[in-house]
Amino acid sequence: MLEVKNLHVKIDGKEILKGINLKVNKGEIHAIMGPNGSGKSTLAQVLAGREEYEVTKGEVIYEGKNLLELSPEDRAREGLFLAFQYPVEIPGVSNTNLLKTALNEIRKARGEEEVDALEFLSLIKERMKLVELDQSLLSRSVNEGFSGGEKKRNEIFQMAVLEPKLAILDETDSGLDIDALRIVANGVNKLKSNDNSTIVVTHYQRLLNYIIPDFVHVLYNGKIVKSGGKDLASELEEKGYDWVKDPSNELVSN
Amino acid sequence: MSTTEVSTIEQLANREYKYGFVTEIETETFPKGLNEDIIRRLSAVKNEPEWMLEWRLKAFKHWLLMKEPHWSNVYYPPIDYQNISYYSAPKRKPKLNNLEEVDPELLNTFEKLGISLEEQKRLTGVAVDAVFDSVSVATTFKEKLLELGIIFCSITEAIQNHPDLVKKYIGSVVPYTDNFFASLNSAVFTDGSFAYIPKGVRCPMELSTYFRINAANTGQFERTLIIADEGSYVSYLEGCTAPMRDENQLHAAVVELIALDNAQIKYSTIQNWYAGDKEGKGGIYNFVTKRGACRGINSKISWTQVETGSAITWKYPSCILQGDNSIGEFYSVALTNNKQQADTGTKMIHMGKNTRSTIISKGISAGRSNNSYRGLVRILKKAENARNFSQCDSLLLGDKCGAHTFPYLEINNPSAQIEHEATTSKIGEDQIFYLNQRGISTENAIGLIVNGYCKQVFKELPMEFAVEAQKLLSISLEGSVG
Repeated sequence: MLEVKNLHVKIDGKEILKGINLKVNKGEIHAIMGPNGSGKSTLAQVLAGREEYEVTKGEVIYEGKNLLELSPEDRAREGLFLAFQYPVEIPGVSNTNLLKTALNEIRKARGEEEVDALEFLSLIKERMKLVELDQSLLSRSVNEGFSGGEKKRNEIFQMAVLEPKLAILDETDSGLDIDALRIVANGVNKLKSNDNSTIVVTHYQRLLNYIIPDFVHVLYNGKIVKSGGKDLASELEEKGYDWVKDPSNELVSN
Repeated sequence: MSTTEVSTIEQLANREYKYGFVTEIETETFPKGLNEDIIRRLSAVKNEPEWMLEWRLKAFKHWLLMKEPHWSNVYYPPIDYQNISYYSAPKRKPKLNNLEEVDPELLNTFEKLGISLEEQKRLTGVAVDAVFDSVSVATTFKEKLLELGIIFCSITEAIQNHPDLVKKYIGSVVPYTDNFFASLNSAVFTDGSFAYIPKGVRCPMELSTYFRINAANTGQFERTLIIADEGSYVSYLEGCTAPMRDENQLHAAVVELIALDNAQIKYSTIQNWYAGDKEGKGGIYNFVTKRGACRGINSKISWTQVETGSAITWKYPSCILQGDNSIGEFYSVALTNNKQQADTGTKMIHMGKNTRSTIISKGISAGRSNNSYRGLVRILKKAENARNFSQCDSLLLGDKCGAHTFPYLEINNPSAQIEHEATTSKIGEDQIFYLNQRGISTENAIGLIVNGYCKQVFKELPMEFAVEAQKLLSISLEGSVG
């Protein structure tokens, strides 16, 4: 599905990612953890195609294609989805309108017909239930006046409608109370299949109690310094990030 | 904005004006120049009564004493008023009763514009009074409207058939002495629309006129007069497109609205005239005087405009709130691209008690264009408890365009409540990236964001017009943003 090889990324002349290697296979859930400023969000943004970041070295292969050559919209059309850490407000544009436009552009790129209005309506109504989102949010402007929790749930709702192959959840748990966390995780789990993959970027271990990862990677100072199974997350929680900062524990990234 | 966005945008900017074509119809055109003889000849061609000619001549004499104003924030080379032909009409039968009699070439033109009369008649139930250059060639639904006592015809016909109404109201809102361009219009107006809604009648359909400037070098001087008698209601739609031309064309229209007691007039405009090429060459100069008088108590006039065309737009649809409790509204989207210039806004003159006005202006500047909002809110001494709310937003696409806001407030009564909000924003890269990430192209993302920004105004438009406006905005924006 995705293979990141020796990825180096700069922003404003400063190197943030210093040689990331990561392989995500179909059907896998990977968690990327790390302290603030370690480069987690940068990785998510670079994979989604944000232009301010300059890739100085390395490559990213997604579904056999050179991901870095694709425009952000083409990546999305190829099935890559980013749930934003800070979802953007778009005044005057309803959620429904955004999703319909998005879905149709994705379909068009795949040579499929535009979605029928009734079919679309039943699709979004069904997917709303996954994240227990109130129907009134459909006609409201995208993220405008949404609470922090509603914004995050809305991201997962959009993901549910667009059905990506590779979803990257960037700090989707931040700002969520425990109930909302459970709802969001539930949604993600229901969308999981053997054909899609998920990268969960998070600071805390608590989301991983609900979304059980196959692999956990610890990002520190622009490098993956530790990789392991789901138990690594609990270990981290117990020992804190200082543990990975300790040079005696530093491992060569996989 | 990122480099790929800019290049998409630049590619699109090179698209040509979709409606730039010339219809070949024989036309009778006056020689260039303006003098008393031309006005007499014009009046004679139109079989006008003596009082109309006299009014025109008075306007002309007054105009000769006036100087062209230059206070607006727009720039253009001097206009030679003697180098304009003041009348041009399709030569064939000027009056037609049905579409079969209409020149097929003309029907083609309308079809190219996507507004074929047949379509209009069959599908929308909109009565269309099509002004082709200077003479109305087809008027539909007239009979149905007549049953209700509604008069909807060209102003030329109205002068002949309803002289009392015309005489009473023409120039009563925009006098022939009002301003340079209004005086010129009063002297040489060629045609336009007239509507009268009798007491207590709610006009069952949207009245609509599509203006189209056709013959080269012919200035268009439209005159529109709409009277809503006591307790009546009318919604009027004006939509425009014009063909491509090398020389600038002057358009100086006058629109007068009169709402009597408890009457309501809703006037909606979509203006999409040729804006000139990328360098701004060849576009229309749109110097228009639009004004409505809420003459009666509880009367209401709403202006809604979507301005995307013209090289230069200079207009201020205004309301004079004379009647107690009367309401004036102005909803505007003005989009400028390439080298377009717009200085537009409104005037709300509060005279009666408890009068209220709302101004929502959304300016969008792209390319190297310049977009100014200019608005006056004047509360006269006797206007107790007047209220105004103004919101003027500017959206900048790129860093080579300009947005300006010139609000004027003149408050002469301490009981007035005035609110003014103004914002200027740049289209957000974050917003575009967010939409890109959902699979939406930059072009469509900008379209969505801009349409969202204009939603407050679009919701004031009649349904079918709103759809058209959204499309138009997206078309106009293609290639605009940088």
